[in-house]
This record gives sequence, structure tokens and C-alpha cells, in this order.
Amino acid sequence: MTGLAQTTDETMLVESARSFIDQAAPVSHLRGLRDAGKTYDPDLWAQMVAMGWAGVLIPENAGGSDMGFTAACLLSQEMGKTLASSPFISTAVIAATVFRHAARDKSQKALKEIASGHRIYAMAIDERGKFAPEQVRTYAKSTDKGYELSGSKVFVVDGGFANRLLILARTDEGLTLFDIAADATGVEISPNSMIDSRNAANITLDQVALKSDAIVGSAGKAMKVLAPALHAGQAAVAAEATGLAIAAFDMTIAYLKERTQFGVKIGSFQALQHRAAHLWCEIEATRSALMNAGRVLDQSPQDAGLAVSLAKARAMQTARLAVSEGVQMHGGIGMTDEFDMGFYMKRARVLAEWLGDYGYHAEKIAQARGL
Amino acid sequence: MIGIEEPEAFRFAVRAWIAENCPAEMRDGDHSPAHICWGGRNWVFESQAQQLWLERASAVGLTVPTWPREYGGAGLDRTREKIYREELERANARLPLQSFGIWMLGPALLRFGTPEQKRAYLPPIAQGKMRWCQGYSEPGAGSDLASVQTKCDDQGDHWRVNGQKIWTSYADKADAIFALVRTDKHAPKHKGISFLLVDMASDGVSTKPIRLISGSSPFCETFFDDVQVPKDRVVGEVNGGWDVAKYLLTHEREMISGGGTGVSGGRALGAVLADAYPDGLADQTLRNRAVETEIDALAISLTLDRYKDQSSAGQGVGHASAMLKYLGTELNKSRHEFIMSAYGSNALEWGAGFAEPWLRSKANSIEGGTSEVMLSIIARRVLDLR
Ligand SMILES: Cc1cc2nc3c(=O)[nH]c(=O)nc-3n(C[C@H](O)[C@H](O)[C@H](O)COP(=O)(O)OP(=O)(O)OC[C@H]3O[C@@H](n4cnc5c(N)ncnc54)[C@H](O)[C@@H]3O)c2cc1C
Repeated sequence: MTGLAQTTDETMLVESARSFIDQAAPVSHLRGLRDAGKTYDPDLWAQMVAMGWAGVLIPENAGGSDMGFTAACLLSQEMGKTLASSPFISTAVIAATVFRHAARDKSQKALKEIASGHRIYAMAIDERGKFAPEQVRTYAKSTDKGYELSGSKVFVVDGGFANRLLILARTDEGLTLFDIAADATGVEISPNSMIDSRNAANITLDQVALKSDAIVGSAGKAMKVLAPALHAGQAAVAAEATGLAIAAFDMTIAYLKERTQFGVKIGSFQALQHRAAHLWCEIEATRSALMNAGRVLDQSPQDAGLAVSLAKARAMQTARLAVSEGVQMHGGIGMTDEFDMGFYMKRARVLAEWLGDYGYHAEKIAQARGL
Repeated sequence: MIGIEEPEAFRFAVRAWIAENCPAEMRDGDHSPAHICWGGRNWVFESQAQQLWLERASAVGLTVPTWPREYGGAGLDRTREKIYREELERANARLPLQSFGIWMLGPALLRFGTPEQKRAYLPPIAQGKMRWCQGYSEPGAGSDLASVQTKCDDQGDHWRVNGQKIWTSYADKADAIFALVRTDKHAPKHKGISFLLVDMASDGVSTKPIRLISGSSPFCETFFDDVQVPKDRVVGEVNGGWDVAKYLLTHEREMISGGGTGVSGGRALGAVLADAYPDGLADQTLRNRAVETEIDALAISLTLDRYKDQSSAGQGVGHASAMLKYLGTELNKSRHEFIMSAYGSNALEWGAGFAEPWLRSKANSIEGGTSEVMLSIIARRVLDLR
């Protein structure tokens, strides 16, 4: 059993990821995309694919690097530090885990094409302002040829450029997951103008005709393939938020040592020192919850619910604290677009809602702990 | 870790040992202060079972599981120690012995003591034959501990001690005190302190109890009036006591912080709600508070695990004790605030079992260094803010 300390291999992975991201996707990269009116850089994703990141959770026989969930979280955490923009979580973490849990004959092709970068997936679950997979109303009516899918989805992360969509819908059997082409007839995708300058879309489905082999797993049994994928995705989102919090914190500490007021560095004011120290403690505790989630996903995935919800809940609170303290302790400059902190704040807000907010996960924890 | 359990031969061996050796009366899960076995020269066992449990546990080193065998310990590593503690809890067993000697002085002696000091003082701590108290704080030296003024003069063949300590927990029950004393009043304040062991039965030592808000009087003022102490009672270098003092504090802080998580040990908050509201909960804000407390408790307990794993893997953990003390004690206060609210007016009477621990918990973020001091340590040492 691997404990909660990072292994030497993991440290090497983190270091190589860090040096790649610092060169290929610093915050200025996201800023550049935004200023150019774009939400996605295919070249950056191609480089990540080449490094095996798209296949981080895919078996070697399907072309993946099969590094496991802890590794996926560590990568996500490093991306979070500079807000590197890619479909890593929706495709390499969520979709890959979905297909890994589906029957092999049908999923092998999808896994291969994810690992090779040919398929980019977006997961379409939400229909209202909150994550609530059990309440999905998008309906897939059964027809002689298969199904006919109608409904609407919101906040489909990476939905504006994905070439494949995983749609959670209701059939007469119950919740069912469909794998469809993004350009299928009857699918209309309208990209949102998101606060975090990343991609998300609203999607309407108007009598989209599907064969029954579009079902991933089996009809009425979406959760069998989806639950593990959601756990993986939630852990990866928690990891990104933790990386984001760490970076926002580091920027803030650097500023406390640099800015002078009243003739002294502002970092000499105890009021700020204590708030900074408190934030550091919160980050330490959140890192532990995150590491635990990765380990449990790798070693005992059937028991991952509590560990994952704990990581997600903690990471959302910690990231929120890190960015709000980050802006406050920078004073006026913290509010400017020219300074990066705002990007962190906006991304943290989006991550807070993706795959379940604090309240959603707190409720899961409450149930798991008998409250 | 949470979510992974690994069966181990050691676990089963310990489980069997506990089943065989821990008397039934000691398996009532009662960790309340009134039933702690503190040991010491004048200790009166509350029952034969309490005595038997202490004797059996100390015979195999399990009163101080991580100490080396030669000094009365069981030589367990951190992982096994944790398993031992989990098994004690699983069996609802009380700890066979608790003391300041175990938590504080022992670790400091293991690190700084001479071989003679270790042989003289560690086994009696492990066996519960000697009870120690901590003489750090003085009326003028609290958070600013290094400004202690208790005088310790070199009289050639002995030391002579004069001065006053305050907030000395259990000074009136202890056999001996480990005290910070000033051996050089001209040196900078951190450089003139020594760490001195003084027998409480010495002439010139006296104590006066102070009453706490919880009604009990566990701590005292301690006075030293021309007390003579043998020369070999200084631990570490003369005037080098600050290093010993700080090292001991990291152990004290870890010990105090552990009380907060309640994941192991304290009452599960779910059980509190079920007990207080058998017919269901009317007030959802109470449940929300419980969940928030629980989330933090789990994250802190995982941080304890992570630091243990990191130190087993030879990775440094920096100023972990300050962080754990800060988060752990603030959390423990929240837990007790929650428990008080959960039981409402049923918790308001003395003796009902709620108010005393609630009031006692308020000391957690003061004793062993206040929360503010912990944050200052982190700001300075970890974040390099000055
Ligand atoms: C139940 C209990 C048991 C104890 N047992 C023992 C014992 O056995 N032996 C022993 O030696 N001592 C013991 N103590 C004493 C304890 O260590 C001290 O109370 C503690 O170190 C604080 O010192 P003080 O009480 O003088 O408070 P002060 O230092 O006067 O602090 C008062 C307030 O000022 C704040 N403050 C002080 N300095 C700073 C600063 N630099 N920056 C920001 N805020 C600051 C503190 O955080 C606190 O809020 C015990 C205390 C309690 C409550």
C-alpha cells in the first residue's frame, strides 16, 4: 500500500510536468487565448497528448500510459498552478474512466482514440444551475432503429470544441449514457462566454437519432460507468483547484515580501502574517485530502466516494479563500485585469460548480459519516 | 488513510494481546479526566483493574510504545504505534497510563539526555512510578516564554533556585518538575536558559492551586525558595535549555492537537445528533455545522497521516507541529461548541458531562503556545515573513 507521501516517481512526474507547463502554458498563454477570442489551443493539447497525458488513465494495450489516478491528480494540480487550458479533465480523466468501465469490445476504440488525441470528449450532465445527475430529464425515446434524444444541457465543459459528447439522458430503463458525435444531426452547440475564459457550452438536442450501440455500458445503468468517472473527474477538479490555490498563495506571499507601505514591507504586519499562515494551514490540510483521494481511487476505487467528496469540498473552500485573500492582500492591483490574480479567482469560481459544489459534496460526506 | 484498510499480522497480534490483557473494567471507553491513570509515587489506583492494566502494559513497553526497549518502551515504529492505538480504540480500552513524562519529558530526554539521565528517568515514567509537571510559564513569561526569570545560581556543588512559575498543571500532584530557569542573566534572553529537573519534595518548593472556569483546579502557582538541586539535573547544555524547551514544545503541541480531530477518540458527531435528537433534527443549521466540523476533522486527521508517511519516507515535514496545533485545537473548540448547541439546555448543568469539557477545550488554543503564537511561528519560519 502506498501511503500519503509522494513517491520519487511522482515527484519526477510533477517536476517534468512543471517545466513543460511553465514553458508551454504559463498564465500568459491563457491570457493570450482570451485576448485572441479563443478558448482552446489545439497545439497545446497535441503536446500533452504526445507526452502521454491524454492516456494517463488508459491501459497500455490501448495506447495509454496507465499512470493511475494519483498521477492524473498531480498533473491536474500542476496545470491548475498556471491555469493551463486543455480538455484534460473532460477527456483524459472523465471520458477515459467511463470507457475503462464499459465493455471492452465497445470501448477499446474510444480509449485508443482518446489516447492518440483523435477524440476530444465533453461530458453533458447538467441541465440547470447545479450538478444533479439523478435529476436529469433529457429523454431518449426508444424507436425501431434505436433511440431519439431530446433535451437541453448547460455548462458542458469543453463542449464548444469537443468532437464527441457523452450525454446523460433518461430512457425508459432509467439513466443512460450516450456517446455521440458532436456534429450529429439535431445537436446544436452554443458556446458560453465564460468568466474563466475557458470553454463551456449549452447544448440542445432535438430528436437526435441514435442506434442503440451509442449507449455506453447498458441502458438504465449509466451510473455503473459514470460513477467511477465522476469520482475521477471530481478528484481531478479538486486537484486543479488545489494547484490554483497554491499558486495564488505563492503569488500573495511574494507580494507581501515586495510591497512597501508605512516604510516597511507589508509582510511585516501581523494582521497579514496571521491570515497568510492560516491560509497555508488550510492548503496543507487540503493537500492531504487530495492525496488521499488519489490513493483511494488507485487502491480501493469502490470506496472512493467519501475520499473524493472530501477532497472536492476542501479544495473548493481552500481555493476560494486563497483567491479572495489573494485579491485583498494585493490591494488595488489585485483588482486589475493586467494582474493575473483575477484569472485565478474566476477559474476557482467555475471549478467550484463543476461536478458538484461544496454543498453537494458536504451532503455526500454527511451521509457517509452518519450525519 | 480513509477508505483503505489493510489487515496486518501485527494488527491481529495486538488485538489478541489487548483481548487477553486489558481487564474488562478498563474497556469502557471512558477517557474522561477523572479516570485517567497518571501514575506517580503517591498514585492511588481507582481499582485493581486500573493497576493490573498499567502493570501488564508497562511490562511489555506498551505505555510508551515508540520508546526504545532499553528504556521501558516497545520500540514500535509510527505505523505500528498507530495500529496499536486503533486497536485500543477498537477494544474501547482506556490508555493504561498518561502523563507529562510520556508526552513531553520523555521525548526531550531521549533526544538531549545523557545515558545516565535516560536510565534514571525514563523507566520510572514508562512504569508510571514517577509523575512530572511542566514549569515553563511565569507571571511575566507566557507567549514570550524566553523571558523566564526564575533564578538558578551555580553554588559549586549544587544549583540554587529562586522564583515563581504559574499555570503549572498538576504541580500539587507531581513528584518532579522540569523547569526553565535562568542560569545567565547577562546573556541574550534565549541564551541564558537551562532545562532543570527538580524534585517537588525538595525543601523550598511549594504550590498553590488556581481554580479554572470549568470549576476544577488542575493547575497551580509553583514557588521556589532557595531550593537546592544536584548539579547533574540539567538536561542538555547549561544555558542551552532553549533548544530542549522548543523540542519538547513540538511534542506537547502534537499531543494537544490530537484531541481535536475526533475522527479517532472523541465522540462521532453523528452519534451526538442521534443521541440528542432521537426523533429527528428540527434545525438544519446544526447539521450543517456538524458537517463542516467533520470535513475539517477528516482533512486534519489525513494531514497527521500524511506527515507520518512523509517522515517514514524520509521527507521533511517542516513546522508540522505548529500547524497541527493551530488547526487541531481550533477544531476541538468548534466541536465542543457544536456539542453544547446540540444538547441545548440539557448541557447547561454542572455534572451533565458537557460544560466541563467545553470549558476545558477553550484552553487548548492557549496552552502549549497560543493560536496566535502558532500563526506567528508559521509566518516566520515557513513563509519567511518578517
Ligand atoms: C489549562 C492550561 C494548562 C496549562 N498548563 C501549563 C503547564 O503545565 N505548564 C506551564 O508552564 N504552562 C502551562 N500553561 C500556560 C500556557 O502555556 C500559557 O498560558 C500560554 O503560553 C500563554 O501565555 P499567557 O497566559 O501569559 O498569555 P499571554 O502571552 O499574555 O497572551 C495573551 C494574549 O495575547 C496574545 N499574544 C501574546 N503575544 C502575542 C504576539 N506576539 N502576537 C500576537 N498575539 C500575541 C496571545 O495569543 C493571547 O491571545 C497552561 C495554560 C492553560 C490554559
